[in-house]
Amino acid sequence: MTEYMLILISAVFVNNVVMVKILGLCPFMGVSKKLEAAIGMGAATTFVLTLGSGSSYLINKYLLGPDLSYLTTLSFIVVIAGIVQFTEMVVQKTSPPLYQILGIYLPLITTNCAVLGVPLLNVQLKHNFMESLIFGFGNALGFTMVMVLFAGMRERMEGADVPAIFKGSAIAMVTAGLMSLSFMGFSGLIK
Amino acid sequence: MLSALLVMAALAIVLGAVLGFAAIKFHVEGNPLVDKIDAILPQTQCGQCSFPGCKPYATAIAAGEADINRCPPGGVEGIQKLADLLGVDFKPFGGDTAAPKPKSVAIIDESTCIGCTLCIQACPVDAIVGAAKQMHTIIAAECTGCELCVAPCPVDCISMQVIEEKISNWKWKYPVYSLVTAQ
Repeated sequence: MTEYMLILISAVFVNNVVMVKILGLCPFMGVSKKLEAAIGMGAATTFVLTLGSGSSYLINKYLLGPDLSYLTTLSFIVVIAGIVQFTEMVVQKTSPPLYQILGIYLPLITTNCAVLGVPLLNVQLKHNFMESLIFGFGNALGFTMVMVLFAGMRERMEGADVPAIFKGSAIAMVTAGLMSLSFMGFSGLIK
Repeated sequence: MLSALLVMAALAIVLGAVLGFAAIKFHVEGNPLVDKIDAILPQTQCGQCSFPGCKPYATAIAAGEADINRCPPGGVEGIQKLADLLGVDFKPFGGDTAAPKPKSVAIIDESTCIGCTLCIQACPVDAIVGAAKQMHTIIAAECTGCELCVAPCPVDCISMQVIEEKISNWKWKYPVYSLVTAQ
């Protein structure tokens, strides 16, 4: 149990997928303009990432095995694409406004490097099924948390008196950098 | 080699089956977003947005072909609601788009009217009564002030009259906040 908690906390804070590993920056910058969109994106990514981690573990363990390990990246991408497509259908059916807000970023979850990176890290770190699931879920949770925090800051920045040359994406990049720095503070948490 | 092909084929078949099932299960009829946008639009059917009516405009917004700031009767408030629904930034009425005008009502100069019925056909809300070769008049309470009847009149007997604010029709204003557009 302690081990699972460690994996979870490490994935959410210490090795945060966006802020420390610098993965999945496309939706981080792209969908963080509005809080609702960021929450929706976080939820969709959480679903995809958790399901993707679990299923890619099963595929790697039972379908590929050691002989076909050169197929990992290819088969993971196929599975992730399938899950994303499925998620897109569900979102379109259940929440049309969210579908409209996420727009192109919803199918682009497929190419979110965090979503492929986490299953590959699972293989590399030799996680078992439960650990893979928790690692995937933890990373997705970290992603969602950072998205929501960043979206909140960007919404406030809309009203802030930013110097003209820093307006828009520039100040967002600076903020992201400062956020990443502050996440480095967690690195002493787990040894 | 063969096992690799078999593995990928099996993956493709399983995923294809799941997606095919999901496509049937989560099938979406039409675009439900159009109805939500249409509910926000004021339903004056005035055509000032350059679309034939509110529903076509809603369809165009949903398809991303039209901006949200083209509906003068909806006012700034309408744009704000659309921006909230669609998750886009607020956009003020632009220079090339129609802007809201003061509330007005069409008045037919009854002595010049020749009874051609052209304005009756143009009126989207059936606020004009009259018959061929008979004088027409406007039911002021029904008129939305859309100005669609002004252009077809061959004798230019229709004028728009601004409704003045009187004690009988005054009401509390909605609070107005100046909105900042994002860069």
